[in-house]
Parts: sequence; C-alpha cells; structure tokens
Amino acid sequence: MLLIPCPNCGPRDETEFHYGGQAHVPYPENPNELTDTEWSRYLFYRENPKGIFAERWVHSTGCRQWFNMLRDTVSYDIQAIYPMGARRPDLAAAPAAEAGTASTAADSTTTGTAAPGTAATSIAASTTSASTTAPEGATK
Amino acid sequence: MSTQQLPEHPDFLWRNPEPKSSYDAVVVGGGGHGLATAYFLAKNHGMTNIAVLEKGWLAGGNMARNTTIIRSNYLWDESAAIYEHALKLWEILPEELEYDFLFSQRGVMNLAHTLGDVRESIRRVGANKLNGVDAEWLDPQQVKELCPILNISDNIRYPVMGATYQPRAGIAKHDHVAWAFARKCDEMGVDIIQNCEVTGFLKDGNRVVGVKTSRGTIHTEKVGLCAAGHSSVLAEMAGFQLPIQSHPLQALVSELHEPVHPTVVMSNHVHVYVSQAHKGELVMGAGVDSYNGYGQRGSFHVIEQQMAAAVELFPIFARAHVLRTWGGIVDTTLDASPIVGLTPVENMFVNCGWGTGGFKGTPAAGLTFAHTIATGEPHKLNKPFSLERFETGALIDEHGAAAVAH
Repeated sequence: MLLIPCPNCGPRDETEFHYGGQAHVPYPENPNELTDTEWSRYLFYRENPKGIFAERWVHSTGCRQWFNMLRDTVSYDIQAIYPMGARRPDLAAAPAAEAGTASTAADSTTTGTAAPGTAATSIAASTTSASTTAPEGATK
Repeated sequence: MSTQQLPEHPDFLWRNPEPKSSYDAVVVGGGGHGLATAYFLAKNHGMTNIAVLEKGWLAGGNMARNTTIIRSNYLWDESAAIYEHALKLWEILPEELEYDFLFSQRGVMNLAHTLGDVRESIRRVGANKLNGVDAEWLDPQQVKELCPILNISDNIRYPVMGATYQPRAGIAKHDHVAWAFARKCDEMGVDIIQNCEVTGFLKDGNRVVGVKTSRGTIHTEKVGLCAAGHSSVLAEMAGFQLPIQSHPLQALVSELHEPVHPTVVMSNHVHVYVSQAHKGELVMGAGVDSYNGYGQRGSFHVIEQQMAAAVELFPIFARAHVLRTWGGIVDTTLDASPIVGLTPVENMFVNCGWGTGGFKGTPAAGLTFAHTIATGEPHKLNKPFSLERFETGALIDEHGAAAVAH
C-alpha cells in the first residue's frame, strides 16, 4: 500500500485516495477539427512508462482535492507532489535525497517544506520531519 | 475433485540453443501466448525457422502468475467467438500436445449480488446460448447444490441472488500448459531462447528487419510481440504507441485442504474468485491495483477486501491460512478486450491487452496470432480485435464479462 503525502492533509494511506490516471492531458483546443486518429489519441492513448509517471490523485476521504504526483511505476517510490495546473517538476534539478525515499515504508518522509518557492514539493528533497503542513503552491 | 496424478516429465523438455543470427520470424515473449503462437506457426503454417525470445525464464511472467481459470461466457459476439474457440482448443490440446496438463472441466459460476447483476447475468446467458456457448442461470438453491460451502443466506452484505454457470469451463495446470507447448515447439525445431531481453528493433524505413537483444542482434522478416504487461515498452522501442495501461494484479493460495470446493466461483461485485487446485490449495484472485505499475506486487488492502468477500461467501475459509501471494502485470485496454493484429510498423504484429483474462485465451491467441504473423493478415477471429477499433469506435466493451475490474 502506498503512503501518499497529501499536500493538504499530510501522509495518508492509499485507501483514502482515488487514482486519476495520467496528468497533463489537455482537452483538445478545437475538438471539432480533430480527425478520428487524433480523437482516439486523446480518448484512449496514455503514456505507460516503466519508470517515472506523472499522474493525478484525489484525496477522496480527506480534503477531496486533486493533485499531481510523480511516481516510479517499478519501485512505487513517490518522487514529487505538485498542484494541478503546475508544470511537471524536473526531478534531475532536485537536490539529492538526504534520507531514504521509500515512500511506501511506514517511516517514509512526508510533505516537508523543502524547496520553498517552487511549485512542486520534491519528496526526495524533503526532510524526515513529521510535518503535515501543505507545501507552498498547494491547492487549498 | 480430480484424482489424476501429475504427469511425469523428463529432465529436459526443450533445448537451450544459442540464438542464430537470423530467423524467418521472431516471437518476443516466452509465456503461454508466445509459446502457443510459435506452436501454431510451426504446426499450421510450416514455419519452423523461428525463435521465441524470453527475457527471463520460460513462462515465468503472467503464465506463472494467474489463477488458471478457463471459460468462454463473454457477452459480445466477437469475444464469445474467440474465447469459445480457445475453449474448444483446450478440450483437444492435451491429446494434440501429448501432454496432460490436467484440464479439469469442473464448471464456473459467476455470482450475481444485485438486481443489476441479475439482469446483466441473465442477458449474458441468453447471449451465450445464441453464440453456442453453454450457459445456464442458477437460482441461489441451485448455486448451493453445486457448491455446498457457499453461503447463500440473506443476512450478508451482498447476498447471492443467483449465478451464471458454464459447465464446460474449468481450470488447468498453467505450468504444464507452458511445458506442453514448449516441448512440442522444440520438437518441431523452434528455438526457445531464455535470458534474452529485447533492447531495440532494426528497421528499414517503416519495416522491421531485426531485433536487438541482450544476446546480440537477430535479423528477421517478421516480429510478433507477446509480452503482456511490457507490450507498450516494446512498442515504444519500435516507434509506436499502444492504448495500454499496465496494472498489478495479485492472487494468493491457501495451504492444502481436503477437496471442499467442487467448481470455480467468481464474483465481480464483491470481487473474489476461488477454485481449489488439483493438489488442494484454495486459489483466490483479487482485483487490479488502481494505479499503473510494473512492480509485480499488489497492495495489501486489495487482499484485505478480497479476503473479506471470500470469508463472507465461504465461512469455512475463515480459518484457512494464506500460504503465499504474488502479483502479475496485466496490460489493460479501455474496453477490456485484447489487441491482436497489425501495428503501424510493417511486418511487426502485436498480441496484447488481454488484461486480466489472458490465460484462458492462450490457444486462440496463439492460433489467430500465428495466422496473422504468417499471412500478414488478421484471422477472422482476431480481426475485430484490431488496433484500429480505437479509431473507428468499434469497441468490444467486455467490462461486464471480464469478471475482474480493469
């Protein structure tokens, strides 16, 4: 089970959340002009990477807010949480992890307040504090 | 309960050859579907200069990670046709492959727990009968007669309101199925190459002409992808995309018990499916994890929900112990139906998207996919399962009959 650091409520069990599939899939700007092929791309084709995946989650039984997450689809490590509408964070630019990043473990890191001023909260860069404060830029 | 003994098998059922520098066709993926494809390529199309490439060990992926249920009670004509063809092949394959993989036609019940379930189930029984698939509607008493350990009382959260029943459905020993296909393939000259991971493809324009592997480059005129959960990874290497999402799906077994469970019971609504293996383990399947994953393990809460459903339906399971759990990676499509056919790359073909139901489809997947690879054209049974259906809108929406939520 994933321990998901909700940007508003702090770390909670996966069972409190619902998965929303791939993030950053914009509705077509001119739907009437799309060909069948383009429509099929929008409706049915999503990335399916073996590695880091940008996806949407909603904290259904908590704050009921949607947010984006970067997660590794092999190790299930959660690499970053960031608001809907924000750009996908560049993980390569994030500082190296100070501690373990096993977000699925009971002692995993929470949404710290590292990297202030950026839209994203990099879990890898966060501290091991038990802070449950929302990161800057989080959707309230 | 079957009293058959497991077949004795010799030490070596197939060779472990070095990969040659070229083949007439290469099948990527040495699971059930890849082996069945190679078998029918050799048997039906006389193509024996072919190789099956497996990145790990033979049949160590989803073929070793399923709950072995075989049935054909799907709703739509296209699905009923391909799954029923598979079931007919299952009935003759032990003799044809000269290897008893203990196909046991003990029947499958799909339980209904709501009025919506009842209506959908009765409709499906009607559709099955029109398609020549054996199907019956059972009331709760008849359900109890077939499987006495089932709790049909009214005072549980989701009482059993009836079930569809397919008597010809059942289970088989999946390892033995793989070994049976592998042995015959090997006899006919097919090279089964294990520990050989595909790392890329050679193309001449838009035509595939070879496969790059961890054990060297292999030239070939035709490539068939049978990699289940990893199909979209391979497709990306080849330069196209598939409408596939990979999810973990897990199952578990109990320790051995006396024969108590005479049939297969599935419930889509409370989400558990149970059979008793030939040796005596209770084999139970759960739903998929909601998120994409390649980790070959599932979430604990999915097992919790599955066990809660199992204990309510089968009170005598309450004191059974879980022996082990495992996860496979299933490649799901939006309409819960497979993709078998041509790809945007010339001479490259794909068999994927079987989601949670690939094992039962193994023989028909192999037969139709072999036809497609050999002739370059779809077989009449896999034609509706083309990649184009996502553009034409001719979807085959089998979420109801898929039994496991995709």
